[in-house]
Amino acid sequence: MIKFTNVFKAFPKGGLALKDVSFHVAKGEFAFLTGHSGAGKSTVMKLIYAEERPTSGDVRVSGYNVNEMRPREVPLLRRKLGIVFQDFRLLEDRTAEENVAFALEVTGARSSTIPARVMRVLTQVGLAAKAQAYPRELSGGEQQRVAIARALVNEPTVLLADEPTGNLDERATRGVFQLLRDINASGTAVVMATHDLDLVRQAPYRVIELQEGALVYDSSVDEARDQATGGGP
Amino acid sequence: MNLTFREAMLTFKRAPLLSVLSVTTIAFSLFVLGLFGLVVVNLQDALHGVEERVEVVAYLLPGAPIEATAQALKDIEAFPEVQSATYVSEDDALARARAELVELRDVMQELERNPLPASIEVKLKPGFRDTDHVSAVAERLRGFGFVDDVRFGRDWVEKLDRLRGLAAAVGIVVGAAFAVVAIIIIGTTIRMAVLQRSREIAIMRLVGATDGFIRRPFLLQGAIKGLLGGGVAIGLSFAAYLLINRYLLQSAFFTQEQAAAIVAFGAVIGLVGSAMSVGRHLKRV
Repeated sequence: MIKFTNVFKAFPKGGLALKDVSFHVAKGEFAFLTGHSGAGKSTVMKLIYAEERPTSGDVRVSGYNVNEMRPREVPLLRRKLGIVFQDFRLLEDRTAEENVAFALEVTGARSSTIPARVMRVLTQVGLAAKAQAYPRELSGGEQQRVAIARALVNEPTVLLADEPTGNLDERATRGVFQLLRDINASGTAVVMATHDLDLVRQAPYRVIELQEGALVYDSSVDEARDQATGGGP
Repeated sequence: MNLTFREAMLTFKRAPLLSVLSVTTIAFSLFVLGLFGLVVVNLQDALHGVEERVEVVAYLLPGAPIEATAQALKDIEAFPEVQSATYVSEDDALARARAELVELRDVMQELERNPLPASIEVKLKPGFRDTDHVSAVAERLRGFGFVDDVRFGRDWVEKLDRLRGLAAAVGIVVGAAFAVVAIIIIGTTIRMAVLQRSREIAIMRLVGATDGFIRRPFLLQGAIKGLLGGGVAIGLSFAAYLLINRYLLQSAFFTQEQAAAIVAFGAVIGLVGSAMSVGRHLKRV
């Protein structure tokens, strides 16, 4: 599904954003990507959605090879991904419903199918009643739910969430995290970058930790090693 | 297409001031082009009028035999370049001189003898009223034995030719210059629109919109602005034409086809300007 093999990424002005990063996220998996600010989490995300290309090494996502992709293939990859950001990135002059519909319209979905699909995902994120609200009329948690609905509406195989709870209070954080867990439970792989360690400890999910661009911890590798040696922590 | 149109229209709604500004700048550059176009149109008309008067006059020797002259008239009218040939007798010439040269009327009255020669005035067909053809006809007229002298105002004809060439050249140069200015202006407004909508464009990209899809509303928007600008320019030119007609001189306006061509030209430069700008700036967003 997502496979990084010995990935290096240089900053344009010198220095390395990523140093020899390798990991594999399987279909339907939930993985946390943790680390301090500047550790390289966002760079990993950008490589996954082909906003950036690796300087060396191999990045494969949903059957696409990000290294060798032609520019016109990038939109096709992104239609298989749902992407959520800390700052929601909603269009302020459109309602919740229009924001979600927008994601379908730009990919050329049949217009007759759009309203039903939009309502289904808005219901899924618990915002059906606020479909006509503009982003400014919604709380941070609600705005993030709209963003998640927009990410889901194209039925992605992977949901990428880059610090999705970074701007939210504790209660909204719990709600959004629970929503991501529900989405994962229905079969969508989720990669969530976060530095909220409380959140990470709450759930029994895989943790990939970056430090200054290097992968320093991967719980699945540890588990595999633990299983191989027959020992426990 | 529906969506493209809606997105293009949204820009007008969201940034009305910027849109009005760009339509206005386009309108004014096309208006200047239109004014120049009016000058060319009217100059052409004027040249046409002058051209009609291009004629070759063969002055006859005194006492030229009338039968030979009549035969010569027929021969001359058979020349492929010739539209008409008219015989002007000595008396006709004097009568005309009296009528036209009012200042000299008194002098003319006192003449004891008519000093004016008879002549044959030859008018050429349209398309043959340039130096080469006129000279050729003049040369042939000289071949008649009873012709004393042939005048056709060579300088006049040559000047006319040069003026026409100059008008066309200046028209092309000024037209091209203003087209470039309009393209740059449209490019700039599209650049502003792209920057203004950079957030939206980034979101479109994230959800998997193709570059073509993102570009289309901008192209349509450029074309519409060009079209509106062209329409306004025609309106302004018409107003200018009315004013000129009223206070300065009788002039002509564009034909419907010419007006439509200016509006279409506006749409084309709108499209070209936005196409050149949008690709470049989308990369930077």
